[in-house]
Amino acid sequence: MTIQTKMIGERPAPKNTVGPVAWLRDNLFSGPVNTIFTLLGLYLLYILLTPTIQWAFINADWIGTSREDCSREGACWVFVNARLGQFIYGLYPGSEIWRVNLTFAVFAGLIAWLAIPRLPYKRWVALVTLVGFPLLAYFLLYGGHFGLRVVETHRWGGLMLTLVLAVVGMVGALPIGIMLALGRRSQMPIVKSFCVVFIEFWRGVPLITVLFMASVMLPLFMPTGVSVDRLIRAFIGITLFQSAYMAEVIRGGLQAIPRGQEEAAAALGMGYWKRMGLIVLPQALKMMIPGIVNTFISLFKDTTLVMIIGLFDLLGIVQAALSDSRWLGFALEGYVFAAFMFWVFCFSMSRYSQYLERKLHTGHKR
Amino acid sequence: MLNNKNKWLLLTSAAALTLGAAATASADTLENTLERGAVQCGVSDGLPGFSAPDDQGEWQGLDVDVCRAVAAAVFGDAEAVRYISLNAVERFTALQSGEVDVLSRNTTWTTTRDTTLGLNFAGVNFYDGIGFMINRDLGVSSSMELDGAAVCVQSGTTTELNVADYFRANDMQFDPIVFDTSEQTVGGYEAGRCDVLTSDTSQLAALRIQLSDPDGSVILPEVISKEPLGPVVRQGDDQWFNVVKWSLFAMLNAEEMGITSDNVDEMLGTEDPDIARLLGVDGNYGQGMGLSADWAYHIISQVGNYGESYERNVGMDSPLQIERGINALWTQGGIQYAPPIR
Repeated sequence: MTIQTKMIGERPAPKNTVGPVAWLRDNLFSGPVNTIFTLLGLYLLYILLTPTIQWAFINADWIGTSREDCSREGACWVFVNARLGQFIYGLYPGSEIWRVNLTFAVFAGLIAWLAIPRLPYKRWVALVTLVGFPLLAYFLLYGGHFGLRVVETHRWGGLMLTLVLAVVGMVGALPIGIMLALGRRSQMPIVKSFCVVFIEFWRGVPLITVLFMASVMLPLFMPTGVSVDRLIRAFIGITLFQSAYMAEVIRGGLQAIPRGQEEAAAALGMGYWKRMGLIVLPQALKMMIPGIVNTFISLFKDTTLVMIIGLFDLLGIVQAALSDSRWLGFALEGYVFAAFMFWVFCFSMSRYSQYLERKLHTGHKR
Repeated sequence: MLNNKNKWLLLTSAAALTLGAAATASADTLENTLERGAVQCGVSDGLPGFSAPDDQGEWQGLDVDVCRAVAAAVFGDAEAVRYISLNAVERFTALQSGEVDVLSRNTTWTTTRDTTLGLNFAGVNFYDGIGFMINRDLGVSSSMELDGAAVCVQSGTTTELNVADYFRANDMQFDPIVFDTSEQTVGGYEAGRCDVLTSDTSQLAALRIQLSDPDGSVILPEVISKEPLGPVVRQGDDQWFNVVKWSLFAMLNAEEMGITSDNVDEMLGTEDPDIARLLGVDGNYGQGMGLSADWAYHIISQVGNYGESYERNVGMDSPLQIERGINALWTQGGIQYAPPIR
């Protein structure tokens, strides 16, 4: 009989409990029912994905300049390729496209600065993003100053217009929404009733109606010869509409903050704005990140409705391209491209919101 | 085609009229246009052959050429146009409110529109109408041979009613197969649900290209309804009305006289008094409209005559391949006719 004086060394786990085989057995084939479902699922994937991949990649045509380069057996990405510039910049004059690129490069730079935790001067960069950047964007995109040619808004379009509409909508809707949410909880009867009426009115009409009114009815009420740029009309419509939604999301967050927080702040001698700005809102907004981003994502997709007032956003310019008689019959390719672009942006927003949630996590999550 | 959308449009237009009878924009459109430096032209948000942006982002089409002709007449520069894309519902409001000065957006000339909306139709640049497309293999050459045919048609449009009227008037039977959208209608035709597809002839050509075998189908020569499409201006500014009207007439007259964008410069030295008057060599016929004497020369040299514009955008030089048909000149069996320049 031997006596073990040393600890027995670690041995690897039994072969049938680790590795891909074990994972498969545990998760996919753990019983007859699960096995059947797994096989069924694989079969479904097979019959769905095979034709899709064949259409989109294997039989697809990638290179060329006209419809003659398309074999029509699979997707014709030549169409998207030939129109890519237009899908991104709309009808923006070719020689001025650097202005759009510069605007978005600056914007991306500012956002990256704000998003990367190590970089300093966050407060100043935030100020520049909110105040300086919109002015810069206006001068660059519209022009008319500093020797830049004016590019009228009816030449704007594509992804650029979608982004401009979405960013303006978001930047405008958030502060107005916060104000409305605070106003709705106010004790002051006039402020409160104004906010209630505003929110309920804008939430009660569809966005398409708002845009429609702005484009069809508004011009008739204006004095002769005066016309507000249709892009401005869209900005105002979208911002007011979304701010009502935003207000309700934020009010939800405000409701969730225990009364004691505000009372404690009051006991410390803080006034209304300090209580709200330093105690209540930071907690409420943090909690409402999923709701706020949800509203932003839906706003981003709602921008496609500007199509009905004749603005060529990403979807609108794709549809306009589909009616070029030289490119008839490539609707599927165009729509797949538009869907893909929208997905990329919405998914990025969603990932960023999850990152923010983790970063601002202070134990309130359950 | 008066579909549901257009009924909507009539409603809103009627509302617009009551609200905005006073909104007849300032009378001196030509002066404002000259000041602005560009013609504000309302076009569609994409209709094959009539107005759509090409790969370079430039607007192209038969309707777009009307805008370019007006710009050429006014400024001597066909590119001095500000295109504003309008959908069917907002097009008349945009014109009434002065957002655009010419509406060149495949708009059918009807009594209601001409008389109650405060608008004037300045002419017809395309005579459209309901036609039939049929499989070539069936060997049908006239719509009178369609007795008993299954007909694919889009629901809620007057096409449906017009087709029923046509078959009843000619004492023929037919079996309507109704679809909701034009894509579905094409799908039904392609799947063999019907023998015949019916729609406006300009649309038929665009639908035909989207078939997997475009050459397997033919568009029958008969057109069974009247859809004259043309440019529209505001009522109450006769000078501007004349500018638009005669820009169109200049293109038609040029074709009739055989002047094209290629030979217009040679034609300047012509002996033919008609041509000399049109090109401003003899007399100043632009004066009455507030234009220079060579207004028509600029149109022809930069936009071309009507025939060139037609072939380039919807005719044989384009993918749409629409025959001239009734859109040929009156001298060639069609009904396109322009008053003389004199």
